[in-house]
Amino acid sequence: MVRARRRFAPFLPPGPLFDVGDLVALIALAGALYLGVQVAMGTPAIVPGPEIRRDAWALSLYALFSLGRMLAAYLLSLTFSLLYARAAARRSLAGQILIPLLDVLQSVPILSFLPVVLLSLAAFLPSGVAAELAAIVLIFTSQAWNLTFSFYQSLQTIPGELDEAARTFRLSPWLRFRRLELPFAAPGLIWNTIMSWAGGWFFLIAAESYTVGGRDFRLLGLGTFLQEAAQAGDVQALLLGVGVLVGLIVLLDQLVWRPLLAWGERFQLEMVESQEPATSWFYNLLQRSRLLAGLQRRVFRPFLEWLDMRFSRPSRGVPEGGLPLLRRVAGYAMGGILAGGLLYGAIWAGGWLVSLPMTTWGEIALGILATLLRVTVAIGLSLLWTVPLGILIGTRPRLAALLQPVVQILASIPATALFPIFLLLLLRLPAGLQLASLLLLMTGSQWYLLFNVIAGASAIPQDLEFSTQLLGVRGWRRWRLLLLPGIFPYLVTGLITAGGGAWNASVVAEYVVFGGQKQSVTGLGALISLATEGGDYPLLLAATLTMIVTVVLLNRLFWRRLYRRAEEQYRMD
Amino acid sequence: MAQNGVLLELRNIRQVYGHGPRAILAVEGISLTVHRGEFVALLGPSGCGKSTLLRIIAGLNVPTEGEVLYRGRPLRGVNPYATIVFQTFALFPWLTVLENVEVALQARGVPLPERRKRALALLDQVGLDGFEDAYPRELSGGMRQKVGFARAMAVEPELLCLDEPFSALDVLSADALRGELVELWTGGQIPTQAIILVTHNIEEAVFLADRIVVMETRPGRIAAEVVVGLPHPRQRKGEEFLATVDRVYAAVAGQTQPPAVELGTAPGEPGRTRALPPASVSALSGLIEHLDEEPANREDLYRLADDLRMEIDELLPVVEAGELLGFLRVDQGDVSLTPLGETFAEASILARKEIFASRARRIPLIRWLLKGLQATPEGRVPRRVFQDVLEWEFTPEEAKMQMDQAIAWGRYGELFGYDDDRDMLYLEANGSGSAT
Repeated sequence: MVRARRRFAPFLPPGPLFDVGDLVALIALAGALYLGVQVAMGTPAIVPGPEIRRDAWALSLYALFSLGRMLAAYLLSLTFSLLYARAAARRSLAGQILIPLLDVLQSVPILSFLPVVLLSLAAFLPSGVAAELAAIVLIFTSQAWNLTFSFYQSLQTIPGELDEAARTFRLSPWLRFRRLELPFAAPGLIWNTIMSWAGGWFFLIAAESYTVGGRDFRLLGLGTFLQEAAQAGDVQALLLGVGVLVGLIVLLDQLVWRPLLAWGERFQLEMVESQEPATSWFYNLLQRSRLLAGLQRRVFRPFLEWLDMRFSRPSRGVPEGGLPLLRRVAGYAMGGILAGGLLYGAIWAGGWLVSLPMTTWGEIALGILATLLRVTVAIGLSLLWTVPLGILIGTRPRLAALLQPVVQILASIPATALFPIFLLLLLRLPAGLQLASLLLLMTGSQWYLLFNVIAGASAIPQDLEFSTQLLGVRGWRRWRLLLLPGIFPYLVTGLITAGGGAWNASVVAEYVVFGGQKQSVTGLGALISLATEGGDYPLLLAATLTMIVTVVLLNRLFWRRLYRRAEEQYRMD
Repeated sequence: MAQNGVLLELRNIRQVYGHGPRAILAVEGISLTVHRGEFVALLGPSGCGKSTLLRIIAGLNVPTEGEVLYRGRPLRGVNPYATIVFQTFALFPWLTVLENVEVALQARGVPLPERRKRALALLDQVGLDGFEDAYPRELSGGMRQKVGFARAMAVEPELLCLDEPFSALDVLSADALRGELVELWTGGQIPTQAIILVTHNIEEAVFLADRIVVMETRPGRIAAEVVVGLPHPRQRKGEEFLATVDRVYAAVAGQTQPPAVELGTAPGEPGRTRALPPASVSALSGLIEHLDEEPANREDLYRLADDLRMEIDELLPVVEAGELLGFLRVDQGDVSLTPLGETFAEASILARKEIFASRARRIPLIRWLLKGLQATPEGRVPRRVFQDVLEWEFTPEEAKMQMDQAIAWGRYGELFGYDDDRDMLYLEANGSGSAT
């Protein structure tokens, strides 16, 4: 359990509060948004949506579609992160730009980019294809960043002597990647893959059931099924849908993630046998399978060997000068065109921002405060119950071992899937949407917190526990002296993850169309949704940029310091 | 071994880390020639740059100045004729023993069947048959290092670089492995033409090498060379062997400098600041008490390390601290207590603190910190302020270590206190670090 934190550390790169890299990133984002909107103007005004059925047969098919989207997005994310992180790890100009850029990208409210991506794709692709692609891109943007950080951090922390060994024995770039970089990064990548999938479900559900005005971009999938069932008040279908979703998540956990974690044990760097290695019944079953062993011997190994030999021949003196120069010039040209385009877009986007009346900026400022308050209250409420319960569970090792996997699965159930149910139950009450959106933000954050608190509490050393008992320290003083400091670093990690998720979720939580009715509460998320719905792109741009800047500043002003302090002063190991 | 032909030549090597006024000189003015058939040991305390030098020879580091000639040609990039055996083994933990050896061959494009055959033969040679499919974590330190040797041998290196390969092993495994190395080397079973060993262990150097290059620290320079003319296998208890150990020891200890240089100058003043040795007060007290029980309060340094079960490398900083504070004296390889040291040994806990404080005040670095604190009205100064000044003369890590060391000594002597929450040094008279 201790390993949870080591594998998943939030990415808070050191640096000034705000620097040129951030400005470049913001300008590029504004430019991209502007260009996207220009393309999106060509989208047909009416897009008929698909017919959504509510029977079990349809549901199983929809579940498969959803899974397919997740898989496609994940493969895209993985490829992206491996390439991006390797480029960023080089000590070149690219490396200096790529990391600040990534830091800004992780703070982008993904859902506010969805309409632009979707509409611009739909301008030149059939709406079905555009919606599929947009969903995949959306999920990709929720999965890619933490994978990239994880791989980047692994590349930066490869032990010096292993690096020297690889260089002394002159491993080719391919062999170095396969034998050193990838295995060393594997535990982090596996852990972040699981996190990415949990986050991906959240956005999949949101992306599948997307409509803008008269354009219905809904996709056949679990998300639309749940939404449709809730809209129709079909409780049976609703329960069935949630059941299938939970079943799918449990199945993935048992058949994919646990075996992957168990397999990943071999990549732990520690030179001693690990105390409590991850185990999986399914992995043990697979290891005994003769078919798989045969496949590995006859197909997998020879293929890798072929790859190795193909890519690991000692280089025969690449002609210096000619080819790389040409490539470099081409690279600069491409970069120049891209930068020029983005700059052009950004200038026009700047015009939009300038044209916004002061009253709109006032609304945005109010929105920030409202959303900040909502996020804080949601996290505060989550803390109230997760900290005591997490400590109770975590200080009892057997209970923790039993419940931690359950909590992990609960954390993977996307809050967006439950949102229609909250709406169905709460919307008729006074301030119903306020309650429902708070509940959505809580559902999105509380399980991460609980998970981390349990991990922190179970990592408190036994001897400290014994000595507090011997000293007769009990009750509240025991909490102050031992338990709260003990879980602190874990709690901060959980809070950073939960907070980031909550800001993102505010876009879907603060504005809903349910049963033909539109409802919204004050907030930056609602502004983003309203701007999308009404086609008010200057407002969309302003609100989105504001949210990015707010989240980046919160990370750097608050979370980064808290995290450093937690790591320096409250570490038990 | 016939000394025919030069294999490697270092010409006036200088390695600087960092830039500008904060640049740190790691090694300087190193010229060295290694012939075919030679086994050379680079001997010195930690921080003398011997490992840096080895990496320069292997082509992993490029020296700031100077030239590395290999087979008479300037070396560019990683030396393809050399390989390293690492102190920490540097085995890939996710590969089996066999795969660890194979990967070195794979990098040279050796196809699978041939690769496997050669790797198995090598593992057989070092006595690891039966462990091919084990992971490194399942092996003892000694066995892991055997894999390290087998992997190095797999590429049939002309020059074998050993970076303290035995220092992470237990005593018995280290002895056994040294013996096996001598066997491989003298038996001519390996195509290796020369070996360079980096070590801080005098006995190990005398046991293995034909020639010992003694290095001194800050900056790393060659201080002396001792030729070991003994035939293999060497007897550790033999008279000639012990005489050679004493000769090397004299060369190592002969570096003690006169007192004026020893204290150095305060940071920021002209001249070199004497770095505080990384020694804890409790280790120093322990050493002084131990010496107090010896006849004539004196013992051979080499035997002292043995008595205290410390590596000579760990002991030397403690001795240096004792010398710096005036509790110990070193001459001719013997450590003895000064009258002050005897007083310290007999004193009560509080009296010890007073003696320590009075001596520590004489050290320029500590005096400088005290002056800085007294110069402010509240007697409180952020640690960062001092550390930044230190970084003009030390690397950031060294500066941090120096501050840690100064704080530990200052706290013990009650010269000044340190508030860890606020990273603040303060004068003891001003009470604890609570906010005022």
